[in-house]
Amino acid sequence: MKLLDFLKRERKKSASVAKERLQIIVAHQRGHRGQPDYMPMLEQELLEVIRRYVSVDQDAVNITLDSEDDCSILELNVTLPNSKDDT
Amino acid sequence: MAKIIVVTSGKGGVGKTTSAAAIATGLALRGNKTIVIDFDVGLRNLDLIMGCERRVVYDLVNVIQGEATLNQAMIRDKRTENLFILPASQTRDKDALTPEGVEQVLNNLKDEFDYIICDSPAGIERGAQLAMYYADEAIVVTNPEVSSVRDSDRILGLLGSKTRLAEQGKEQVKEHLLITRYNPHRVDHGDMLNLNDITEILSIKLLGLIPESEAVLRASNQGVPVTHDDDSDAGQAYADTVSRLLGEDVPLRFHEAQKKSFLSRMFGGRR
Repeated sequence: MKLLDFLKRERKKSASVAKERLQIIVAHQRGHRGQPDYMPMLEQELLEVIRRYVSVDQDAVNITLDSEDDCSILELNVTLPNSKDDT
Repeated sequence: MAKIIVVTSGKGGVGKTTSAAAIATGLALRGNKTIVIDFDVGLRNLDLIMGCERRVVYDLVNVIQGEATLNQAMIRDKRTENLFILPASQTRDKDALTPEGVEQVLNNLKDEFDYIICDSPAGIERGAQLAMYYADEAIVVTNPEVSSVRDSDRILGLLGSKTRLAEQGKEQVKEHLLITRYNPHRVDHGDMLNLNDITEILSIKLLGLIPESEAVLRASNQGVPVTHDDDSDAGQAYADTVSRLLGEDVPLRFHEAQKKSFLSRMFGGRR
């Protein structure tokens, strides 16, 4: 049975795997494009401060920097775990 | 006024120097007065690819530091009229290049030449950033391979932020994609990214496609830019690339697998 499965399964072409992986990584890279050099550090340190009080995942913190005409807005979104589980 | 074009990629070994040499040669063969400058201080190689390594006396760093004049450092190409080479230093380190020095050199060349081709070092550090800083246009050399495509995207990010044009905020550096070492047979087998995938991911305009070719190694062995080998696929592909750079509308070639004839199978037809 296993052998039959093996023969029936169409091998996914490596080029299409490469394309999918690249699309994800490039989209991620572009999200960081144009932001100040200190942003990754800022993100990391903010995460550490938040973790002193609440245990959150890396993904739970989302930071974006938007520029408008004459000012920039730093937006910080933190998804906190349910408070009941906390205590 | 010369147009300054940087040949860059991020990743090393994808064919920047080969392409810079081939494109500069192609531009000169078409009657444009062209100079190709090696920015890879410490690891110069353009002189070898251009076949003038034994004629190097002074280099870019000497000129920047006032130890030689531009005319002393520029090497006139022996094969092609209108073509000059400005080699990089082999002994200094990358810090020997300064933005002011590079600007001075480019300004002095601008009036005399039609095209200034800057051959960038690999990486995204100082040398690569200086090579691209003053560029009007950029040729991003990419292999159909994941790490090369990702690095090209990084370089596109830098072209959009760390260049003089980007800092002035008026216009963007004009970006061209040059795919090299393309193997249509492997693309057909689904084992190599195809050119549409690459242009879609990077979303810049394709300037040229150079097939993987024996002619490229042959050319570098001999120190003759592959553009001179006009019987070869790679030589013709670079000539097409140059035509497009000059604004001509040339159809794409060498992107489809050619079936080998029975005879060439038997006798191993080359190129």
